Amino acid sequence: MNEGMSLIVRTIARWVVGFIFLYGIYTLVYGHLSPGGGFAGGVILACAYILILIAYGRRFAFKNLDWRIARSLDSIGGLLFLVLAFLGLLFLTNGGAYFFANFIQKLHPGKPFHLFNAGIIPLGNLAIGIKVLASIFVAVALLSALRLFDERGERSFESMEEEK
Amino acid sequence: MFELLVLILVFMILAGVLAIEADDLVSAVVSMGAVGFGLSACFLLLRAPDVALVQIVVEVVILILLLRGTIGMGIETVKGHRDRAGMAGGVILVVLFLALALYVAVELPKLGEPGFVRFLDSPSWTYLKESLSLTGATNAVNAVLLDFRGYDTLGEVIVLFTAVLGSIALLRRKHRQEKKDE
Amino acid sequence: MIVYLLILILFCVGLYGLVSQRNLIKLIISLSIVESSVYLFLITAGYRKGAGAPIMKLGESAGQFAQRAVDPFPQAMVLTAIVIGLGVLALLITIALRLYHRYGTYDITEIRRLRG
Repeated sequence: MNEGMSLIVRTIARWVVGFIFLYGIYTLVYGHLSPGGGFAGGVILACAYILILIAYGRRFAFKNLDWRIARSLDSIGGLLFLVLAFLGLLFLTNGGAYFFANFIQKLHPGKPFHLFNAGIIPLGNLAIGIKVLASIFVAVALLSALRLFDERGERSFESMEEEK
Repeated sequence: MFELLVLILVFMILAGVLAIEADDLVSAVVSMGAVGFGLSACFLLLRAPDVALVQIVVEVVILILLLRGTIGMGIETVKGHRDRAGMAGGVILVVLFLALALYVAVELPKLGEPGFVRFLDSPSWTYLKESLSLTGATNAVNAVLLDFRGYDTLGEVIVLFTAVLGSIALLRRKHRQEKKDE
Repeated sequence: MIVYLLILILFCVGLYGLVSQRNLIKLIISLSIVESSVYLFLITAGYRKGAGAPIMKLGESAGQFAQRAVDPFPQAMVLTAIVIGLGVLALLITIALRLYHRYGTYDITEIRRLRG
């Protein structure tokens, strides 16, 4: 998948990828009001990056989002989710604090059917969306760079990860 | 709606049989995709739009992974069933499981009476009644996933992290074991 | 009732594929079919006759919502399970590629005989 595809595929991919990205962000952010949420939004965003990977080749796609940065983004998303869970223990001090408490909803409740509402749930969706996007992009990118046969037709194992 | 559900299920069963018996691997993977998309249609008929959305998108990623990861590698593939002894044992296992499951399946409740209607102290009543007042979210599934049952979501994040980490670790260029053998 | 029987038949189709096929990729495909049947069983167990999706409409009270919604609990669990199934499948494909590099074949009978 080092080189991309033909001109028609590249043109249509360039037009469509913006809409896929926007739809992924919409599904993620409005997760507490309408079907969707962190998982669906994260996988849709990953599909946008995979479309660029398939249509334009590896070199262009890694200029957009490098796979090493995606690996760190994966860990950052998971850590953000964990920190969000621990903040509930820190903030609610008047007895009634537990792990994963929705402290934002208890301290500053919002109006129903509004966007900035439901406390910790949109932030949790965001963390999960970042994590799922990075995980799926890294998995597909590494599998696409794998070659099992070298030029002579013999069996080898060429991948992108160097040996330490 | 019930007849449509039965029709889609029969389609899924036929696609599943085709997926495991096809000789060509591309046909097998496409039939597996047909099972996945039929599953998403069943989820929509069973009033679960959130799950249907996730199932469609995940099925697309699974198809990409399988088609690029195994069939796009240029490997000549092996077809056919296992040897006689293995297959006999396997068929006996499947028939035994089917008999035991049919024996238990008469105890299942009718379609349309879920557990939380028959037992009035089940947690789903709390999730439905108090999701707006306790969490402020109007999507009950997301509220259950991230507020009432956030710990399970944390476990799921950890499992996904471990699976991708293991996949990255296995894809190194020279595995350390081989270096030690030389 | 017939829906539960058909889901059971789908599970047995996948189980038959797990015990009878020789190709490693067919085993992965059969595992995915078994997982799909389990997800469908869980969601079917939470269906309520004549009900709607568990998403509140504008101007609805909590009591009305609880009377007309299907069970949200198995839906949340199945959502988690679907994403976990994706991660496990990515790991399985990587293991299959590693096995091919080591043994030269996808045939599980051959892999069992060659040891190192």
